[in-house]
Amino acid sequence: MRRWIHCGHKGMDMFNMDKEQCCVSLSVNPSRGLMDEKFIILVQKALPGFQLTIHASYHCEDGNSWEAFAHYTADAGGTVNVSQDTSLGGTYSGVEAMGLLWSLRPVPGSKPGLRLRKKNVQTPMEVTISVYQGHQTEGFVDQVPLASVLVERWYMAPGVCRIPITEEGLTATLFVPAGNGPFPGLLDLWGGGGPLVEYRAALLASHGIASLALNYLTPKTTMETGKMVDNQYFEKAYKFLQQHPQICDSRIAMLGLSLGSAFTLKMAVYSQVMKVRKCLLSRMDTFTHVKFQNNEMIWRDLLLPIPTDPSFKVDVGRLKCPLMLVVSEDDQNWPAPESAKDMKEMMERAGNSHLLTVLSYPNAGHLIEPPYTPHVRISMFRTVVMALWGGQMVEHSRAQEDAWKKILIFLRENLYDSTKPGATTLSHL
Amino acid sequence: MWSKCRWSTVMFSFLHRRSSVMSQTPPIVSVLPTRGLVDEKFKVLVENLPPGRPVTVRSLHHSDNGHYWEAFGFYTSDHRGTVNVSKDQSVGGTYTGKEPMGLLWSMCPVPGSHKGLRLRKLNMCSPMLVNISVHSGHEGFRDGAPLASVLVERWYMAPGVKRIDVQEKGLLYLFSPGPFPGILDLWGGGGGLVEYRSALLASHGFATMSLDYLSCGQPVFTYVETAFNFIKDHPQVIADRVGVVGLCLGSLPALYLAADSTVVKVVKQITSPLLLVSGCDDQNWPSFETAEDINQTMRAAGNDHLLSRLDYPDSGHLIEPPFSPHFRASTFVTTNKRKAMILWGGKTKPHSDAQEDSWRKILSFLQQHLCCSLNAKL
Repeated sequence: MRRWIHCGHKGMDMFNMDKEQCCVSLSVNPSRGLMDEKFIILVQKALPGFQLTIHASYHCEDGNSWEAFAHYTADAGGTVNVSQDTSLGGTYSGVEAMGLLWSLRPVPGSKPGLRLRKKNVQTPMEVTISVYQGHQTEGFVDQVPLASVLVERWYMAPGVCRIPITEEGLTATLFVPAGNGPFPGLLDLWGGGGPLVEYRAALLASHGIASLALNYLTPKTTMETGKMVDNQYFEKAYKFLQQHPQICDSRIAMLGLSLGSAFTLKMAVYSQVMKVRKCLLSRMDTFTHVKFQNNEMIWRDLLLPIPTDPSFKVDVGRLKCPLMLVVSEDDQNWPAPESAKDMKEMMERAGNSHLLTVLSYPNAGHLIEPPYTPHVRISMFRTVVMALWGGQMVEHSRAQEDAWKKILIFLRENLYDSTKPGATTLSHL
Repeated sequence: MWSKCRWSTVMFSFLHRRSSVMSQTPPIVSVLPTRGLVDEKFKVLVENLPPGRPVTVRSLHHSDNGHYWEAFGFYTSDHRGTVNVSKDQSVGGTYTGKEPMGLLWSMCPVPGSHKGLRLRKLNMCSPMLVNISVHSGHEGFRDGAPLASVLVERWYMAPGVKRIDVQEKGLLYLFSPGPFPGILDLWGGGGGLVEYRSALLASHGFATMSLDYLSCGQPVFTYVETAFNFIKDHPQVIADRVGVVGLCLGSLPALYLAADSTVVKVVKQITSPLLLVSGCDDQNWPSFETAEDINQTMRAAGNDHLLSRLDYPDSGHLIEPPFSPHFRASTFVTTNKRKAMILWGGKTKPHSDAQEDSWRKILSFLQQHLCCSLNAKL
């Protein structure tokens, strides 16, 4: 009987397998999921007590490679269930169902300051999950795994439409959920790292909210005239949503991240045109003198102290819609905790603090992205400088997961008037 | 500045554009997963309905050959305004009772369709798209626009599965890197190259080849042996772990390979494990009687320990992958190009249960006999 090696090819004898090798089976469910959905990774048919490494590999659009790995020991039934079992080491430890995604890091030898961001949201992120024998920490590329599966992670649910928008001088992308609608609408303002970041809007549309990702830094008009956009640009974007036949014009939210939150707040408070139903911000605000640490720029101190003069700030005491602030307590880029505190005080004085919800996360950094996106403490900003964003990997990843769930519930409660927050439909997140 | 009444004014002026009942926010329908394999279960949930509201949950699919198929169940929302198809009872429609997957297996051609249609996916590389929607009321639910809908993808090919055209032989479905156990998939007398089961088996870790053995122009058994050798010798296939799956007419060459072929290196009796799946209401082949006969033959030969049988009461001839719609009869083109309506048999619910149960057991059988077994020492 021909001796065979489960993981080997004919002509490839990478392992010196002079012993019968038990064959493991590997499954990931779902194999096609949204970026914010949990999956279950199961290794079966291993020998009891078998030591193995589960590895995740991703080659992103810019050609860089990312990986994560964790060490497990099969139980008495020869099984490893990543959602229930303890990782003994690797890029994460402990019981972490999604650790193989959020602990992804550039492979050794990569250039510094990389950040994992998907530009083309119409195709899935393809992650290869593999099982290797033993507890390994390097050299995965040179080995043949015992088993591997390809997993697709999507930003767009089936039926979501991606529509580039250029009317009225706007540079934006609209994502419309499947179905007839009408849907609640959302204006999504990314940060200074822009210009047009689509993945969050795509994901929100996958949750039933028609979302417009707006380029307000380098739209066509700015490129042609050299002039930055004014308030009218945002109001045009808002009106576009209101007038869209598939969008409910009285149920529109705004979501701002980093620099985008400054514009979100300003428009929500002051605009006569934009009657925003609710606001979500992950950090905010206004500007001096740059600090460095290990050649990494820290910008938070540029914005401190928070001005006491109200004319330098958005008067949030005048806000009439619910506002959720997502605050990272280790934000090294913007002074998020200080700003949030100041805003809360302003709203308490004005008597509208009942509209305010603050989510504050210790040891989370500036870049609170959709869940399971790898944390980067530093990265190259606009290919020019190395920026320190802050945050510790585990706490930051937990913050991303928790914040996203709460953001979706907040949006659903306020845009759907749902008194039952749909915990069951979000329980898979 | 703002006034609260502006919101409600805007809301009502918007409403007259829509025909659906929208004095409040629309319901939300969600399906998990939205992208799944065709043999995976899903959960369908409707929320944000008024409590105690009668609604219809409906599925709609536009097939590759241009026909529309639908299924629907009648439900009533609970006190929270929720309908959970996995847990609640359908009181009417194309299925009744608690049926998580009823929206798929009870699909039938929409009213006004031709008679004798059969739902089969032709292009394996794209998913089957199913629209799941919720409508107000029960009878007459079609009169209004859906209250909400969601699109679901059902795939025959898992991520990473490759479809390879094997010239003059058939189609091979592989999952890299391998090597993997192999399967030769022999479809039935309907002819042509039927791919979906092979694609699904590959999604479960088997390098599977679909073979068109009827229009090859060679003696069938010789051709099938050639195909078997091809799989066995493929660099991504484990040579001593190759099985054969046969449906309908295809079970004949499958049995031949197991019993009489020298290629499979067995003597004239069957010496490899054999699983027989029979629908007891099969109106096309005498499946049950044949299985009984095989059983007796093997008992007399002393090798019936190799035989496993799955017999399903009230199931018809076409035991397909799970959740595929059942049809008692359909149009069939005979070898002399004539169309006939063939009675396959089976009742929808028992046949659908049989498809679900048998698929699980087929996969388990293949995994047990084609994947390696545990070794006590490492």
